[in-house]
Amino acid sequence: MEPASRLDHNHELSIKDFPYIVRWRDDRCKRCGRCTAVCPMLSIEPAVVVKRVVQSEGLTPEPKAVRYTTTMVKQTTNIERYCIGCGTCTLVCPNEAIEPEYNPRHKFNFHKNKGGHPYRRGGRRNDPMPSTLDRLRFTRISMLTDPALDAGRHEFRIRTYLGRILPAEELPVIMVNGKLEVDKTSGKFIPPVREIYPVMIGSMSIGALSPTMWEGLAMGITYLNEVEGMPVVMCSGEGGMPHRLLKSRFLKYFIPQIASGYFGWDEIVRALPHMIEDPCAIEIKYGQGAKPGDGGLLMAHKVLKLISEIRGVPMGVDLPSPPTHQTQYSIEESVAKMIQSMSMAWGFRVPVYPKISGTRTAKAVLNNLVRNPYAAGLSIDGEDGGTGAAYNVSMDTMGHPIASNIRDCYHDLVAQGKQNELPLIASGGIGKKGNLAANAAALFMLGASAVSIGKYIMQAAAGCFGDEMNRCNVCNLGKCPRGITTQDPKLYRRLDPDVVAERVVEVYKSLDIELKKIFAPMGRSTELPIGMSDGIGTDDHAIAERLHISYVC
Amino acid sequence: MCRLAAITSNEYFSPIENIAALETMKEGHDGSGMGLVLKTLGGEFEELKDHPILSGICSKNGLHTLDEYMNKLGFKLKYAWTPRTKPVKGIVPRDYYFARVYDYPDVYKDRPLEEKEDLLLKTRLALRKLGETDESIIVFSFYPDILTLKEVGDPLELCEFFGLEKSPLKAKIILAQGRQNTNYAINLYACHPFFIQGYGSMTNGENTAFVPIREFLMSRGFPGYLGYNSDSEVFCHILHYTCKKLGYPLTYYKDVITPLKQSEIDKRTDSEVARLLKVSLRPLCIDGPNCVIAFTPDGTCFMVQDAKKLRPGAVGGVKGKYGLMSEECGLDSVVPARDKSQDIFPMKFDMVIIKPGAEEVTVWNQLHG
Repeated sequence: MEPASRLDHNHELSIKDFPYIVRWRDDRCKRCGRCTAVCPMLSIEPAVVVKRVVQSEGLTPEPKAVRYTTTMVKQTTNIERYCIGCGTCTLVCPNEAIEPEYNPRHKFNFHKNKGGHPYRRGGRRNDPMPSTLDRLRFTRISMLTDPALDAGRHEFRIRTYLGRILPAEELPVIMVNGKLEVDKTSGKFIPPVREIYPVMIGSMSIGALSPTMWEGLAMGITYLNEVEGMPVVMCSGEGGMPHRLLKSRFLKYFIPQIASGYFGWDEIVRALPHMIEDPCAIEIKYGQGAKPGDGGLLMAHKVLKLISEIRGVPMGVDLPSPPTHQTQYSIEESVAKMIQSMSMAWGFRVPVYPKISGTRTAKAVLNNLVRNPYAAGLSIDGEDGGTGAAYNVSMDTMGHPIASNIRDCYHDLVAQGKQNELPLIASGGIGKKGNLAANAAALFMLGASAVSIGKYIMQAAAGCFGDEMNRCNVCNLGKCPRGITTQDPKLYRRLDPDVVAERVVEVYKSLDIELKKIFAPMGRSTELPIGMSDGIGTDDHAIAERLHISYVC
Repeated sequence: MCRLAAITSNEYFSPIENIAALETMKEGHDGSGMGLVLKTLGGEFEELKDHPILSGICSKNGLHTLDEYMNKLGFKLKYAWTPRTKPVKGIVPRDYYFARVYDYPDVYKDRPLEEKEDLLLKTRLALRKLGETDESIIVFSFYPDILTLKEVGDPLELCEFFGLEKSPLKAKIILAQGRQNTNYAINLYACHPFFIQGYGSMTNGENTAFVPIREFLMSRGFPGYLGYNSDSEVFCHILHYTCKKLGYPLTYYKDVITPLKQSEIDKRTDSEVARLLKVSLRPLCIDGPNCVIAFTPDGTCFMVQDAKKLRPGAVGGVKGKYGLMSEECGLDSVVPARDKSQDIFPMKFDMVIIKPGAEEVTVWNQLHG
């Protein structure tokens, strides 16, 4: 007699427990096998089944049951191979015979902890609701009392500054024959300030990203700088940069990041004497919005030859960065050691700023930085920011939304009269719903000097499947079906870096037009409307009150 | 749009000339208020140039409070001027319009000007606060050789109301502004021209960058940077901040409010400084549309425009008398016998500067520095 457990499958999961159910159509499928071959999770597999069909063949109905053996595409109920809903199967299917469908009643989170390992993934917080940024509207429209500008005809200066800005009172200027001159004898340190495009590409490492993706981004921003005249800059993420780039004239478009694992910095330091350009800036990562309290994490299967060379580590080992910089015991020490030593490495010619995850304690960090003359800014990464690998619990429940965090910090600077001295860079969920220009503009008006994007550019430039319904989000496994976040040559060769670069340029050019379409009717063109909070409103009373903006309905 | 009429002359003239110029520019309803700031006073004030003049309006109770406060500080009233008002339909008279000339408190008599200026500013702000809730005291200026008069109503009717036609009140520089009807919640503190420690300005247009500018000024830690009932008050305070607090030459005011592009800055001989100022004073950049007319403590008058939207503005006249108007017809009213072909209509890079005593008019071009 067969054991009951085999017959009732009681300890197995049902397809309905899974977040995506693969809808396969027998009548359309020609059994080419492309879908099963391409599935990154091996969630679907060819299966042989016996079917029973009732059919009648004669002139008069003579129904009879016929059994025959046939092939089909079957979805597995093995949770390690769950369907991630990426839809790569649909993409390759010649007959539209297969498609994953989201199952809102899934119980995935109840079961994805086999072996006592909590669910880890990539992507961002799984919250498909519009963020606060998407609730903001631009309500101050210039018309008769103040003529609107023409987004297509007028000249707009959509630029910002990255670097510590001296207050006018402290500038070493003297008057000579009725004109001002810089007093070269004063010995006063004028911190380096870069003029950049206010939407930066945020820190995504080579390692987290595939070589083709990183190369595509790098080519894209280089084209924007050199051909389009748009000074878009990009942060390297933790893990260093290719040698050739470090020694090239293009280094000025990049912001190398140093994080708690210091990966890649042996190589960067060795390259220092050979650099012919200074980098745009240095970012010191103390935290990340997607996984506050965690360091970076690059899984062993992503540490292949190229990565091991750039990072200066053996191949095939997990590369977890500690949650914090181990050599530091206080924020004062952090500031003293890291910012000043990084500044010194480049002869105080390069702005150095820290990046933290959004937190209620951001103001404490800010106030410390305000008092350090070498701190070049503060980057705050909100809870909707993305990551290549993190625990689901961190991504979904830890962190602070960016809007109120930036607003509070800006108000704190205003109270001290230092709103123009220490630029605030906002990131985390910008363009989450595709509204990149609107989200960025709203953050400027809340007080950010610049914003950083990561997930958005992966989605827009390389077609990242990931979304807030937990679609795909397997960046951590190195199985990215688009070839964006993988080190597997079979996968990353799918991604054409030239196409990525082209898309980066398209995204930025359209972003520029959209920003003008926002700023023009608001009558702003000469400077970025940082802190122009009278320009925005929201139909949510609580948000309006919290952000000190107008409530509109 | 507000109407602006400024006149600078080497001879004393009556504010009626400004009001007549405003009248030529009138279009539609214009009863939201008129403001006059007179500098380098003649008439009964000519002999009192070193004494601070407190200009404002108060109720009967307010006058009592004011006197008490001024006495407490040690200011001694030397001369009190008040316009001889007469009833004019549509103008609601207030109790007491005044320009009161004081002697400094004894301890301040030999103090440097800076300290005196601070005292005058703090006193004006304290009086403003004393009368703010019940509007029992409204003070516009407290400074030597400056008189300010403001009220709600049509400028011509206000001229009649204040009896300016028969008044011997004269000055060598007068700024006059008539407010248009976009300002429905009328507050006299929102009425141009604005004045702070020797600097006066008036503007037409709307200031789209008002909020960040206001926040920047208010966070400078200088007590005088407050109020901002009008978005145009910031233009006066930026001028004060640029020239007095930072000590920059006047032309840098233009660089502060309408900074050049980097490619344009690179061509300036002072490019290094111009870039530093652009970065450090980024929050003071205006986006217009604004035409700013102003004077500085030494009696220099100037007109500048924003960089794009350009409100109307014209400067013209003869040696010894120039008008700075928001429309050319204002110039025709004030200096009809001038060479019109020499009239100047400043564009985005221009700063039209008239030297003290209306000696000479020059156009400083921002591109050339």
